[in-house]
Amino acid sequence: MTKKLLILGAGTGGTIMANKMRKDLSRSEWDITIVDQYKTHYYQPGFLFIPFGYYKEADVIKPKSSFVPVGVNLVYSEIDKVDGENNKVFLKDGEVLQYDILIIATGTKIMPEETPGLKGELWHKSVFDFYTIEGAKALARFFKTWEGGDLVINIADMPIKCPVAPLEFTFFADAFFLERGMRDKVNITYVTPLSGAFTKPRASNMLGGLLKDKNINIVTDFVLAEVDNGKKTIKDYSGQEIPFDCLISIPLHGGDSMVERSGLGDDFGFVQTDKNTLQSNKFENIFVIGDAGNFPTSKAGSVVHFEADVLFENLQCYIEGRPFTAEFDGHSNCYIETGHGKGALIDFNYDTEPLPGSFPFPGIGPFGLLKETRMNHYGKLMFRWIYWHILLKGKEMPIDTKMTMAGKKLN
Amino acid sequence: MAQKTYAGVTVEVNEEGYFTDPSQWTPEIAKEIAAEEGVELTDKHFEMLEYLRNKFNSGDALSIRGINKSGIVDVKTFYGMFPGAPLKKSTKIAGIPKPSSCV
Repeated sequence: MTKKLLILGAGTGGTIMANKMRKDLSRSEWDITIVDQYKTHYYQPGFLFIPFGYYKEADVIKPKSSFVPVGVNLVYSEIDKVDGENNKVFLKDGEVLQYDILIIATGTKIMPEETPGLKGELWHKSVFDFYTIEGAKALARFFKTWEGGDLVINIADMPIKCPVAPLEFTFFADAFFLERGMRDKVNITYVTPLSGAFTKPRASNMLGGLLKDKNINIVTDFVLAEVDNGKKTIKDYSGQEIPFDCLISIPLHGGDSMVERSGLGDDFGFVQTDKNTLQSNKFENIFVIGDAGNFPTSKAGSVVHFEADVLFENLQCYIEGRPFTAEFDGHSNCYIETGHGKGALIDFNYDTEPLPGSFPFPGIGPFGLLKETRMNHYGKLMFRWIYWHILLKGKEMPIDTKMTMAGKKLN
Repeated sequence: MAQKTYAGVTVEVNEEGYFTDPSQWTPEIAKEIAAEEGVELTDKHFEMLEYLRNKFNSGDALSIRGINKSGIVDVKTFYGMFPGAPLKKSTKIAGIPKPSSCV
């Protein structure tokens, strides 16, 4: 009898795994099914470019079906819940899918409704997110005619998807208003729950320095409690208040509601997972990839890509009844747009903070770590092509899954 | 790496004063760290410290928003109990590492 591999979520992680596993597993032995409620695949790193008119919607969307390989069943449906005891997944339309192995790749989403006043009368009028296509497009329209004022960029609380994106947005905003000759009319303030510009000390110093150079105010240790639509302010739990004319909010994030209904999640609906093997803490035949997991590393595409290599190897181990041989080290690799055609790059893992140096080839690059270069910006732009054509299809890339110290400078 | 003495016990701490070995923690020690931080510990405080230690031991990330789910106090009260930077203060008193806010 054929066995069943079921993948929940056809985003970055689910699609990569469908491609990798279909190539590896014999069709006579394994059926592969992937479930997603949406038909459109978004290139999420591209959302950042939309408010400034650098990308349009058409630049960041393609049909999900284009990336699911032949021999994989693609089911469009909402997921009700996983029954881990009985190896079943219930779909919203009533269908029940049986599995031998389950991969959860349902990602994370913003939850603006969790903060009082955030999704109020000003939502998508002068309060925006850029983590959804709707938010990014609404903001693009708003910026076209905005005459300036207090621009506040605020992270509600961690964890968030792509922790560098709010900084990139801020750098882009500085460059955008400078180029339009109205930077003197826009007072930019970056408001974060962290104690600095970023969580890791050296990167925080470097990025904090850039904020200062660009004349951007920073407010730290601010955890968003509510948005006052009447007064146009944001308030934190200690009572501190910051006025805005335009608020760019990075709302609270949570896992898919399916995770909570299945009893597999932590307080925020992220699946509790072994951070090294990527196996669920509750059921040995459930595995997790990407933003859906509670991994203590960035929720970012590069992480998914590195996890996919680990998961691929460990699934082979699991199927053949061997101990796991691959271990995820928390490797993350992020291009950071800093505006004016330049970018920075950071490379780190669970234990090693971002360090200066060159990447991926020691001493050569072409990319520079923890510094602003033009090449890093081109790297980010090239990445969109790589994403659609190489990454989603699960093909090899010339970057090690495990973070390497080669090319990094400790002092 | 440094050492500090609380309630007659020498403990290992990092340069910011956070415990590097949470198993060295005792409630007596907590009272002395709290005094350094200008906090007087009540039973509610100890309930909170225990919650934080349990969360840490089970590998869960700590965050301000998570406090609402603790079932002990809400975030506003938490700010009142550990004024200023509540998560940083409370974790220091609980003898666990400073939350990394997982990048």
